[in-house]
Amino acid sequence: MGLNRVVATGVGIVTALGSGWRTNADGFRLGKTAFRPVTVFDVSRHCAKTAAEVDLPEIFPATRLTPKRFRRMGRASKMLLLAAHEALAQAGWQADGDWPIILGTTSGEMTLGENFLRQAVESPRRKRDQPSRIAHYQVQQQGLDLCDAFGFAGAVTTISNACASGANAIGHAFERVRRGQDERIIAGGYDALCQLTFAGFDSLHALSVTHCRPFDAHRDGLSLGEGAAVFTLERLDGAKERGAEIFGEIIGYGATTDTHHLTQPHPEGSAAVAAMQAACAEARVLPEQIDYVNAHGTATPHNDAAEAAAINRWAGAHAGKTHVSSTKAGIGHLLGGAGAVEGAICLMALREQFLPPETTLETVDPAVRFQIVQKPMERKIKTALSNSFGFGGANASLVFRRWE
Amino acid sequence: MSGIFIHGLGAVSPAGWSMADFRSAVDKNVPLPVQTVTRPGLEQPLPNRAVPPAASRPAFLTHSRLRRATAIAQHAVAAALEAIGGDVAKVQSGELCLGIIVGAITGCVTYSRRFYEEVMREPATASPVIFPETVFNSPASHLAAFLGTNQIAYTLVGDAGTFAQGLALAAEWLLEDRLDACVVIGAEENDWITVEAIKLFQRRVIHGAGAGAVYLKKSPVGALAELAAVTDSFSFTHTQSRAGAARKMRAQLPPAGSDEMLCGSAQNIPRLDEAENSAWKDWNGTRLLPKAILGEAFVAAAAWECVAACDAIARGKFSAANVSIVGANQQAIGARFSAPK
Repeated sequence: MGLNRVVATGVGIVTALGSGWRTNADGFRLGKTAFRPVTVFDVSRHCAKTAAEVDLPEIFPATRLTPKRFRRMGRASKMLLLAAHEALAQAGWQADGDWPIILGTTSGEMTLGENFLRQAVESPRRKRDQPSRIAHYQVQQQGLDLCDAFGFAGAVTTISNACASGANAIGHAFERVRRGQDERIIAGGYDALCQLTFAGFDSLHALSVTHCRPFDAHRDGLSLGEGAAVFTLERLDGAKERGAEIFGEIIGYGATTDTHHLTQPHPEGSAAVAAMQAACAEARVLPEQIDYVNAHGTATPHNDAAEAAAINRWAGAHAGKTHVSSTKAGIGHLLGGAGAVEGAICLMALREQFLPPETTLETVDPAVRFQIVQKPMERKIKTALSNSFGFGGANASLVFRRWE
Repeated sequence: MSGIFIHGLGAVSPAGWSMADFRSAVDKNVPLPVQTVTRPGLEQPLPNRAVPPAASRPAFLTHSRLRRATAIAQHAVAAALEAIGGDVAKVQSGELCLGIIVGAITGCVTYSRRFYEEVMREPATASPVIFPETVFNSPASHLAAFLGTNQIAYTLVGDAGTFAQGLALAAEWLLEDRLDACVVIGAEENDWITVEAIKLFQRRVIHGAGAGAVYLKKSPVGALAELAAVTDSFSFTHTQSRAGAARKMRAQLPPAGSDEMLCGSAQNIPRLDEAENSAWKDWNGTRLLPKAILGEAFVAAAAWECVAACDAIARGKFSAANVSIVGANQQAIGARFSAPK
C-alpha cells in the first residue's frame, strides 16, 4: 500500500502572544515574551506568581453553538474553538463530511472540575450549576463542542499523554491520513491554566520564581502558559485537487516511552533520542538535514539537561551546526497544548523563513553542544523537528517540511 | 480487521482481583451487593460497588514505581499482567515488543481530589508526592516501567467507547508490524466525588470500579478469540442523537447467529438503556450485561464487556459475540469477536 503525503491546509493558533497565525508569527519571529501575574485564579499563597495568560476576545466568531452552550464552556474550550475556527477557515472545509477529530490535552476543562469540587466540599447540599460543570469538564466534551460548533459528526479521540499529548494527537492524525485510514482529520492540542496544575508544579518546585530560561546554566524552572493549536490535515493530492493553500507538510512522527521515573527523564535522554530517530527515519531525513529543532525545553534543570544530552547524541558530529530554541521562553509551557502549538511554530518558521529565538537566555548551559537561537534570525530553512516530552515518560517528535 | 487475535484476558472488578472472580460473578449473572461510600459533609452515604481488598498483596506493588500508585494504576497493572500472562518475562527481557493503550474517563480521581483539597486549604503544603500520580497517563507509565518497555504507549480519555477505540488502535499498530503485541486496558477507580457526579444525572446508576485488559497479537496460534471487527465510532452531536448513533453502530454488526452472544452496556435502567435496547431490538440470542452485575465503571466496564465476550468464546460457550457500547455522552461503538479459525 502506498503512503500518502500529508499536508496542513489550515493552522489555527492561540497563545499568550495573541490569537491567529499573523500575530503569533510576528511574535515568535522577534522572540517576544508574554508572562505576567496570574489573574485567572488566586496565586497569593503560591511560590510562583506569573504565567503566560491568554486574553480571550470579547466577541467570538459565529458558530453553530447556542449562546447558552457557549456560555457554559470554559477557557480551554474557547481557546480550542478559536484555533479551530482559524484552521477551518483557512482550509475552507465545510460541514460536508464527518471528519474525525483527534485532540491532545492533559487537563481538559479542569477549572470546571475544580469549581465542582469546591462547591461539593464547601456547600455539600447545593447542586446548582454542578451538572453543567460535570458535563463540560469532561475531556471528550471539548471535541464534541468542535463537532457541534462547525457541524461535523466525526469520531472524537482524545490522547492524554501528559505534555506530549498535543504532539501525539498531531502525529497520530498524520499516521492515519498517511496510511489512508482517513482522508482528512482535524487535529490539535490545548490546555488552559488551572490552579490544580499550577499548584502541582509549584509543589514540585518546578516553577520558575525568576523568569523562564530554557537551556540557561542558571535556569530555575518552567513557567506555565495556556493556548491551543489546531491543524486541518489532509492528503496532498486532495489538497492540490481542490486548490487549497498549503501551510506545510508533516513527514515524520516518533513516539517512545521513557521508563526512568514518573516525573524525571532519563539523564541521557535515551528514549528521547529514540523518538527523534524514529521521526527522522519515517521522514527519511538525517539529523544534518534538520534545519531547526523546536526543543521541549521546559527550563527545568532535569528536562533541559536530559534533552541537551539527547540532542547532542542524536545530532552527533553535526550538533554544533544544529539550530535549536525553546519557544516556551516566550509563551510558557502549554502542557497538552505544547506539542501542537510548537508544531504550528515550526510551520510558521518554515513558511516565513525565520528561526524563533529565545531572548531570555543569558548563559548557555555548558552541556549544550548545539547552537541556541538567541536573536531574531531570517534563514532559509526546509525541515524542522519538534520535541515534546511529558510526565510518565511520554516522548514524541514530529518532523515538518516547508511547502514550496 | 481479521488477522488480530486475543491471547490473554485480565479483570479486576467488584467481584475481585482475577479473571476467576470476574467469571464467577458473570456466570451467576446476579447483581453484586451494593455497598456504600461515605460522603463527607452529608450523613447519607452514597451507594457504589468497590473493588474488594486483594486476598494477598499483589507482588507488583513492591516495584518502586507502584508503591504509591493510585487505585486506578493498581487495577490497570493487575489486569494487564493477568492478560499478558506468560509473556511478561518476554517483554521484560526485550524479546517481545509491547505497546500499551490505557483508556479511562475519571482517571486518578481520588488523588486529584485529595491534592486539590490540599490546595484549597494551603497550596504551599500541597503534597508533591500526590500530584504526579494525578496525571491521566500515570497508569500506563507505571505499567511500562514495570515491564521495562520503551515502546509506544497511549492513554485515551473519553466515555466507555474509548475502550473499543483502543482495540481498533491496537489492531492498527499490529497490522502495521510496529509491535509484536499490544495490551489494551480500560480502568477506573471509586471516589465519592465521582459517585456524586453520576447521581446528578441518573440516580439509579451504581458506580463500580476496576479494570479489564485484552492482550492482542497477530498470531492465531494459541489464541482465545479473534477480533473480527470494531465498528466506526459514532459521536453524539447535534446532528446525531445517542439513539441514532447506537443504530448506526448496530448496523455495522451482523444479525444474531444461533450460537452467538451479545455483550451489552445496558444496566437495567430503562431511560438510560433506551438507545441500546432500541438498536438491538431484533436481537434474539443470548444477552449479557456485565454492568448490571458489577456496576457502571465506564471504560473499565466496556473492557469487561469485551473480556466477557472473549472468555465465553474461549470456553466454547459461543462461536462469536458482538459487543455493544453506547457510552454516557460521547459515542456508540461496537466490536465483534469470534472463535479463532
